[in-house]
Amino acid sequence: MKDLKGYVTADGRQIGGVLMEMRNITLKFGGVVAIKDISFDVREGEVRAIIGPNGAGKSSMLNIISGFYTPSEGEVWYKGEKRPPMKPYEVARQGVARTFQNIALFEGMTVLDNIMTGRLTHMNAGLVSQAMWWGKARDEEIANREKVEEVIDFLEIQNIRKTPVGRLPYGLKKRVELARALAAEPSILLLDEPMAGMNVEEKEDMSRFILDVNDEFGTTIALIEHDMGVVMDISDRVVVMDYGKKIGDGTPDEVRNNQDVIDAYLGVQH
Amino acid sequence: MLYRTAGQFKTSYTADQALFPIRQDAYLLGIILIFAWVVFPLTASEFTFQTLLIPILIYSLAAMGLNILTGYAGQLSLGTAAFMGVGAYACYKMVTIMPWMNPVVAILLSGVFSAGVGVAFGIPSLRIKGFYLAIATLAAQFFLVWLFEKWAWLYNYNASGAIQVPNLKMFGVYIAGPQADSMIQYFVVLGIVTLLTLLCINLTRGNLGRTWKATRDMDIAAELIGINLMKSKLTAFMVSSYVVGVAGALFVFMWRGAAEPNLFDIPLSFRILFIAIIGGLGSIMGNYLGAILIVGLPVMLNTLPQTLGIPISSAMVEHLNIMIIGSLIIFFLIIEPHGLARLWALIREKLIIWPFPY
Repeated sequence: MKDLKGYVTADGRQIGGVLMEMRNITLKFGGVVAIKDISFDVREGEVRAIIGPNGAGKSSMLNIISGFYTPSEGEVWYKGEKRPPMKPYEVARQGVARTFQNIALFEGMTVLDNIMTGRLTHMNAGLVSQAMWWGKARDEEIANREKVEEVIDFLEIQNIRKTPVGRLPYGLKKRVELARALAAEPSILLLDEPMAGMNVEEKEDMSRFILDVNDEFGTTIALIEHDMGVVMDISDRVVVMDYGKKIGDGTPDEVRNNQDVIDAYLGVQH
Repeated sequence: MLYRTAGQFKTSYTADQALFPIRQDAYLLGIILIFAWVVFPLTASEFTFQTLLIPILIYSLAAMGLNILTGYAGQLSLGTAAFMGVGAYACYKMVTIMPWMNPVVAILLSGVFSAGVGVAFGIPSLRIKGFYLAIATLAAQFFLVWLFEKWAWLYNYNASGAIQVPNLKMFGVYIAGPQADSMIQYFVVLGIVTLLTLLCINLTRGNLGRTWKATRDMDIAAELIGINLMKSKLTAFMVSSYVVGVAGALFVFMWRGAAEPNLFDIPLSFRILFIAIIGGLGSIMGNYLGAILIVGLPVMLNTLPQTLGIPISSAMVEHLNIMIIGSLIIFFLIIEPHGLARLWALIREKLIIWPFPY
């Protein structure tokens, strides 16, 4: 199944080559080893899930991908090149967008402004032009607004676009956060527990949006999720982590039948 | 009824992003501008210019500068007065070294110096935030006032240690110094304040404004979605100090006429911080409301007993002043912690749907 040209999923989608590869990543906080020698890859166009019990190091892994943590050892390869140590905002500018486990929206701004901030990697008008609201700044503002409106339409949040984010309920906030990440038109989208704290209906909505994003924009998605039903349904390949180590990697079916994974989730008789 | 927005549809993003998407706002501003540019100059007395109109405008501008830094970018600063001082001293040096210089150009350029100083003192903000940053800006406050006092070159080795505004002409008319006419000065101040307000509104509603607000609301998320925090914070310090510096130059050249170093001490910083907080952090209009309250109230309290014929000693007025202002500040902060601007926003929201409850 794993060759350089990619593979075809069970539902017939063609998956491309390797987009991002983690090579022997180790992350230590002082004496605590959060991640130990983990390697896996994310291929273009796939939905890749990272699962594992609490404290397995999943979020840390996502933070390494988005540049928030620098791995103690190991390399991150992105688009065929080894990524040098860089600041999180530089990583974001390379086309890595993410959402957060605990919603991290800008509470004082409207939904529209929040999503527009997602576009700022695409805007570079100078200070003077912005102060005059003329020329490049104005053109950019309008061009990017059009993109943002596409995302708003896509995620069906038209009616709340001028609402301050602080007033929104939890489920909508999650959706706005996804919109902000999508507005950046990322090559790879990282979702940290997109369905945490949602009811069944909201989970269904969110799953649909994730699959639609993947389908329509061809965005590669790496997600962390605890709801096994959702993970097994929507992801193409799954990495399973436990205590900072990788214990399984493969299609949902392979992972489901992996003895180590079963042990980690259900416990082992000693 | 007056504020009904029904029927005002936007057919393009340009229209939706206009300065006033709601027509009534534009009318309201038009009326205010007519008052500011035509009615006040025609009716105001020398006393009104000197005690109300000019100081309100200058304080509003200074508070707007601070608001960009504290209200929009979320970086608390207690050094506003010192940055005003940098603007004032820079302007003084420019007009004394180059007397041929157009005074308005000098005032606008003096902001550049305070912007530079502001960026230098903004560097600690890259490592510290909140109260700790406030203390760091307090260091700027003390250092700069000390510098104004000790560096004799700044006040041209003047024996008094103060700067005295010379007579400055523009297009054959005195606009600064002892011979200047208050109405002319008012127009200069009004012109500069109007211009800078427009630029600040544009900055805060555009990309840079969103960058600042993102930095304020959640800096970690801001960095992870691609905001260079260093750039965001330092541009906030730069723009803020520029505006504050221009306000400082206006403060001395268009209003006080002379300045000693201790004029730029902490009380002035706090006064401007009060204006920004009472007016509403994260709002442009709030600065004007705050300045009207803080500057206008004492004047009203001073003149009211006289006009009503109540015999009251001036010392008593002074004490009453402090007490009433203090209690009003507390009152307003309890009623609306987000300031007068939010109060107006709520009234406006109600007006739009009036006479229906929702």
